[in-house]
Amino acid sequence: MTFVFRCKTPFSLYKINVLAADDRQLEKISREMAIGLDAKELNAVKNYFCRKRRNPTDIELQTIGQTWSEHCFHKTFKGDITTEDGKIQSLFKTYIAKATSELNLPWCYSVFEDNAGIVEFDENYAIAAKVETHNHPSAIEPFGGAATGVGGVIRDILGVWADPIACTNVLGFGPLNYDRNKLPRGVKHPKYLFRGVVAGIGCYGNNMGIPTVNGAIYFDESYVGNVVVFCGCVGLLPKRKFAKIAKSGDIILLVGGRTGRDGIHGVTFASAELTEKSAEISRSAVQIANPIEEEKLKRAIIEVRDKELGSSITDLGGGGLSSAVGEMAHRFDCGAQIELERVPLKYDGISPWEIYISESQERMLLLVSPKNLEAVLRIFRDEDVEATPIGKFTDNRVLSIHYEGYPVADLDMDFLFAPPKTERVSKWNKVLLKEPAFPEPQNLDHYVLKLLSSAAITSREKVVRTYDHEVKGNTVLKPLHGQFGGPNDAAIIKPLEDRWKGLSISCAMNPRFGKIDPYWMAASAIDEAIRNNTAVGGRRIALLDNFVWGSPEKPDRMGSLVKACEACYKFARGFKAPFISGKDSLYNESPLGPVTPTLLMTAIGIVPDIRKAVSLDLKSPGHLVYVVGYTFAELGGSEYYRLTGMLGRSVPKVRLPQAKHIMQTVIAAIDSGCVRACHDVSEGGLVVAAAEMAITSNYGVKLQLENVPKNCNANRNDFVLFSESNSRFLIEVPESQAEKFESLADNVPHAVVGEVTNEHRLSVFGLRNGKLIDVALDKLAEAWKQGLEGKT
Amino acid sequence: MKRKEIRVCILRVGGTNCDAETKRAFQESGMKAEVVHFNQLTKTKGLLDFNILVIPGGFSHGDYVRAGAIWATQFNATLKEELSQFVEEGRPVLGICNGFQVLVEAGLLPQFEGRNPFPEAALASNNPPGYNCRWVYLRHESSSNKCVFTREIPVGSILRIPIAHAEGRFIFKKEKEEKYLKKLLDNDQLIFRYCHPNGKSAEGEYPANPNNSFYDIAGISAPSGTVFGLMPHPERAYFGWQLPDWTKSGIMPTFGDGRLIFESVAKYLTKKF
Repeated sequence: MTFVFRCKTPFSLYKINVLAADDRQLEKISREMAIGLDAKELNAVKNYFCRKRRNPTDIELQTIGQTWSEHCFHKTFKGDITTEDGKIQSLFKTYIAKATSELNLPWCYSVFEDNAGIVEFDENYAIAAKVETHNHPSAIEPFGGAATGVGGVIRDILGVWADPIACTNVLGFGPLNYDRNKLPRGVKHPKYLFRGVVAGIGCYGNNMGIPTVNGAIYFDESYVGNVVVFCGCVGLLPKRKFAKIAKSGDIILLVGGRTGRDGIHGVTFASAELTEKSAEISRSAVQIANPIEEEKLKRAIIEVRDKELGSSITDLGGGGLSSAVGEMAHRFDCGAQIELERVPLKYDGISPWEIYISESQERMLLLVSPKNLEAVLRIFRDEDVEATPIGKFTDNRVLSIHYEGYPVADLDMDFLFAPPKTERVSKWNKVLLKEPAFPEPQNLDHYVLKLLSSAAITSREKVVRTYDHEVKGNTVLKPLHGQFGGPNDAAIIKPLEDRWKGLSISCAMNPRFGKIDPYWMAASAIDEAIRNNTAVGGRRIALLDNFVWGSPEKPDRMGSLVKACEACYKFARGFKAPFISGKDSLYNESPLGPVTPTLLMTAIGIVPDIRKAVSLDLKSPGHLVYVVGYTFAELGGSEYYRLTGMLGRSVPKVRLPQAKHIMQTVIAAIDSGCVRACHDVSEGGLVVAAAEMAITSNYGVKLQLENVPKNCNANRNDFVLFSESNSRFLIEVPESQAEKFESLADNVPHAVVGEVTNEHRLSVFGLRNGKLIDVALDKLAEAWKQGLEGKT
Repeated sequence: MKRKEIRVCILRVGGTNCDAETKRAFQESGMKAEVVHFNQLTKTKGLLDFNILVIPGGFSHGDYVRAGAIWATQFNATLKEELSQFVEEGRPVLGICNGFQVLVEAGLLPQFEGRNPFPEAALASNNPPGYNCRWVYLRHESSSNKCVFTREIPVGSILRIPIAHAEGRFIFKKEKEEKYLKKLLDNDQLIFRYCHPNGKSAEGEYPANPNNSFYDIAGISAPSGTVFGLMPHPERAYFGWQLPDWTKSGIMPTFGDGRLIFESVAKYLTKKF
């Protein structure tokens, strides 16, 4: 029997007979309409319409499907989780938000509430930050998927009235030389995805004139089937202009691009696993990017903001109008009346439900009081941007949609925003791993060069140069430093003309650590993100967490997710670095299996005076090189092990409170002016960090491993050279300042381990056996500069 | 006239995105700069209210068709008379990056024999292809002090300024290459050439010449010296803290080389008018 009936309307509208459907039939309806609801949710829908004594229309069911999707509602993070140790009520509240609320820092302006997290910059300005994922669309259509990912996150920043000033992106691909014959049907080759994604990101940021200043690229076998694309944006917001004061009677204004059939079911698609048929079925879920439209949109929105003509704003992202209208009305405790035929369309023949859930790009929603409407419309007209009143807020907490005069939807907000609680089961399967046993290799020169040219470490210059990182003219510390293009640990932006105050942006991700222990992966990511920020002089860190995980319906994926969240709480608290915004992308599963647990940490810091910022390049021969922080024999998940095909077990840990003291010490030393260069020690370990500093400056370095502060287990040259222990820095200090530096570093592990030389060589003296490594700088540079193209 | 009386029109359309920092650079050099939307200029404000016209960087109208082509057509369709008068009166016109592309597409550069209805040169796709954001070295070639944007810069000076573009390869028609180059040199229209850090000509070598421009050309002026276009972004090299390795020296330099261009035109106008 059929459950779908055409209504007697002059346009396409259907009613779905859920009242007569049993569980199996409900699931069939959900599948066929691609609304992605589970049995429990479908029954809640059925009960609701039983109470209303009528069947839902297609647009109503679609609206519910969008609103309750994982992508829009984050039901896994908000739901109940049964673990071996008991029940967790909301991962989000128990771990992520808890760290922030317990820290209760006065400079956190708006966290987890809005499109983006907002923290204080100075008396008058705030900083908004947001990082999004766009994995699923990028897997199908890398250019469009990545470009619209950038476009979407920029609109999130506009969605809190902030002016976007910098973009970031972190990408994860399968190995670029992946064997084509091993690719399952429907999975695109990593090289194709890599090129498309990089081009898409560059296109959007460059065209909009927002500098792309920070990012990273990772490679992992599990990313072959599940490409990872994080897009971030940071914005500047005059505090007084933050208007979120919408009320009943305000006009709902749809502004920006036209609505089309692109991006239908983007969120339900994002909340499902990728399959062989994804490209075929879900191509329409990928939106089409038009950065110039968004550039104009941005100008108009900033003018509306400055003239204080809007009462609220949000972006149209996942779920399109359905989630934007609903979430806005819900937030202000209002209802909404929509006249859907007013929505400007790209072409005819789009059904009402498609209009309502389309995710066409470059659109935003403004709330404007009737008295300001004319002025707002004029601003958009002057910028050649369409603005259309499509309805208004009401005081009855009902979402009521009409199309050409016919009622097509009538839903209670209280129902729409109270989906049944999701229940997940988590089971932590401890991975049984062994620490490899092998003799110390003889030819360590060779390993240094191999590390420098490995995909994880080699220069990203060719990619980074395709992103405009200078536009707006405010990039103080650039992603590529100086003539030799060395990798600065964080970018610094000087957002205000008349202030020396800067903003530092860094990130970190350690997917390989997660294969050993997701808890220490999360802890390491937090330490490294903060470390990167610290290295340039950034402090007062705010964190953004972005999870990319497998299906939450599978207990082992949940098991590792819970572990990572536990660490997030503990270490964010310990470092006093609150989470201000975050996002989860679950269901990253493909025919090749789940994505490796991947947690991106983005850190936003403050540099009180950019003139004191520190870069990684060595400044002068004769200066001393210090190591700050303790080296342990922690090579599990290291790049050194990976080169020899091993994973290991000794994952780097983070030791609080010492780790925090180390960060504070480095900041104090930078502020005192005795630090001439600073670089964080991460992938590849101490020797790679030293090599990067040398390459960037064209000066040589001489190191004595014996002097490195280390644990007794770190008793081999290769361990000391390549361990990826957290909380470590390499710091250049002029001899004249050594005393000052040492007194500041008194309570943390530190030692002089070498000096800057004029010799254009990297020389390392080993623990016992004299000169261990001796490589000419141009050989190091040649290896490091090989770039990713060499890997294709 | 005094510096603060100099009115700078920084023009924009959809896709222009370097207007704010360009405005900042002019203001920092003491002039009065205003960002004006092209629609405004055709409706309410007059071009002739201004002393300098600047077409800043960006992707005007998405750079569809060819970089700068749509805006150039729009110029010629709606502002041709005013613009001609503006140029004939010797009021300076500056095109940076996308602005340079617009000036070439609109026939305002190189303008060998008056304004040509067809472009006499082109800013073609980079070679190596793709968008490229990097700092380059420029050698100032003009010896006659004719170019009002560079007359304060001694001939042979080396300037360091960043580029960021995908279409910046300056070319002439192959068969006219030599003839046009000779004209450029004879008229002293060749202002900036890409060079090595030591000032040696790039000779097409990447990355000193970042896009394989013909004869390492980075910026040219009209024969009058009042219309000037360049691919590099001087507004991104105005302050010392914008330099790519300002952390190298113990003390941050106050200014970058880009400032010289803004200072030159300010001095020219204060003297001339």
